[in-house]
Amino acid sequence: MIEAPDLSLAALAPLLFVFGAACVGVLIEAFWPRDSRHPVQVAVALVGTLGGLVCTLLLAGRGEVTAAGALAVDGAALFLQATIAGLGALALLLFAERALDPARSAFVTSAAVPAGSPRDRELATSERVQTEVYPLATFAIGGMMLFVASNDLLIMFVALEVLSLPLYLISGLARRRRLLSQEAAVKYFLLGAFASAFFLYGLALVYGATGSVRLRDIREANLAEGTDLLLVLGLALLVVGLLFKASVAPFHTWTPDVYQGAPTPVTAFMAACTKVAAFGAILRLLYVAFGTAEWTWRPLIYGVAIVSMVVGAVLGLTQTDLKRMLAYSSIAHAGFLLTGVLGLGAGGEGSGLAATMFYLLAYGITTIGVFAVLTLVRDGDGEASHLSQWAGLAARSPLTAAVMGLFLLALAGIPLTAGFTGKFAVFRAAIEQGAWPLVLVALLASAVAAFFYLRVIVLMYFSPPAADGPTVGVPGLPTTIVLAVTATATLALGVLPGSVLDLAERAAKFVG
Amino acid sequence: MTLTYYLVLAAILFTIGAVGVLVRRNAIVVFMCVELMLNSVNLTLVTFARATGTIDGQIMAFFVMVVAAAEVVVGLAIIMSIYRTRRSASIDDANLLKY
Repeated sequence: MIEAPDLSLAALAPLLFVFGAACVGVLIEAFWPRDSRHPVQVAVALVGTLGGLVCTLLLAGRGEVTAAGALAVDGAALFLQATIAGLGALALLLFAERALDPARSAFVTSAAVPAGSPRDRELATSERVQTEVYPLATFAIGGMMLFVASNDLLIMFVALEVLSLPLYLISGLARRRRLLSQEAAVKYFLLGAFASAFFLYGLALVYGATGSVRLRDIREANLAEGTDLLLVLGLALLVVGLLFKASVAPFHTWTPDVYQGAPTPVTAFMAACTKVAAFGAILRLLYVAFGTAEWTWRPLIYGVAIVSMVVGAVLGLTQTDLKRMLAYSSIAHAGFLLTGVLGLGAGGEGSGLAATMFYLLAYGITTIGVFAVLTLVRDGDGEASHLSQWAGLAARSPLTAAVMGLFLLALAGIPLTAGFTGKFAVFRAAIEQGAWPLVLVALLASAVAAFFYLRVIVLMYFSPPAADGPTVGVPGLPTTIVLAVTATATLALGVLPGSVLDLAERAAKFVG
Repeated sequence: MTLTYYLVLAAILFTIGAVGVLVRRNAIVVFMCVELMLNSVNLTLVTFARATGTIDGQIMAFFVMVVAAAEVVVGLAIIMSIYRTRRSASIDDANLLKY
């Protein structure tokens, strides 16, 4: 007689909603007539993600372990799930934008047609759109939401793949500059598969050391038998796999290439949501499974945080492409986030968890906004992402330049923006745990990084516009909504962050 | 019977795979090296299942196989698409994105 595992459907509702929408999306792709498929797919994907968001909000305050101990639905998981679902819905709106590109979509019509072939040139000007991206992105969002709630290394691995595989595909689906996009997909895929192999080997070693992959069993094994070499080795490999996903230096080499090559809406999605998911998993692994063996990972995280901040800030200075520059900025931000991870004390006290969760929310919103602005500024061959093309943009389109300026200031961490509140929170949490040398490095790195954000603002406002400069497209309804929401939220989280900080504080609990 | 041999063999296979990913230049071969790494993990899992007397490790090996199969589908699709455009599966030729 096999006992059925306890399954709290209510606690799983957000996941069921999103995965359900993704499955419906696949069916629509197969059966719905092509002419009217696009609006239906967008609607299904949005209903799924927003439904998932509403479910997480309704579940707020819960703390339980379900699915035979494989999933932990606690405050931290729900906060991060809500963040992922909300940011995912915003990114899906960017996917759905049809007013900006003359061919009415940022995605290739038929990915199977070789780039540059006669058929490809024929399709490049047609207004046919392909809609596989919506179910794929919905599956990725579902995987991310599962990732932050997984209480078991095996579930974590499966979720990692469920979120990664669709991302590899959709980063290769750009309509313009297809060679770059395909190259980005190959690089992302090969390095991603390499990193998940490391995660998996770590899982196997931890299983060998403790006889289980449940996070709670690993913690108890840590307490009972002490931490042996096999377990430390396993932890190191697991962390490598996760740091890769979070694009932390020295595991960051894919980031600039993939951010530049992927279609910009996909870059926005990846930059915001994957980061939230990866840090959610890192926090859970380190604090639930290895919280009692802090000495094993604290020095490691300390080191990679410094490397990440320095690499991101210094290499960001030398970039001439805005998307690459933002990729290095995301590497630097990953370092700042690790500062917050170190701000969580033994046994989970300290404000590190709440601060990191708030930072992830603020960073995600700003990042989606900044990439949304990037999709507006275009030349004949798609987006004009070279820095020189942005010279004098304020004269051409004052509103675009002002919104871009706001997001860049937020990324730099200037007061009265979301970025400042987030940085302040993580730095304070780290200082409370005595990591002040790290915070010192972080402040220096912030100052260096501020230079390359401000350089763009100076370029936009104080340089003469180039004669054959880019045009600023008039966004359709989806992008307008995204810009309005992200700009408002960036300001609101900077001016009046109290209620959201409180929410993060109350949600900052792990069970499991 | 000692299980250490199996673990050492798995570790050697994993290392061969990891080195292969770093030094080989053909995308298909790199991908095969990744698969070798995944399969060395399967061997490790099954060995540990035997050592700890639990069945979890064997079940996990099935999970890994299924995920690896899904990864093959996605990976080969991506490699095929770039091969059809460039007529080359060398990852050195894919060099438009740098610095």
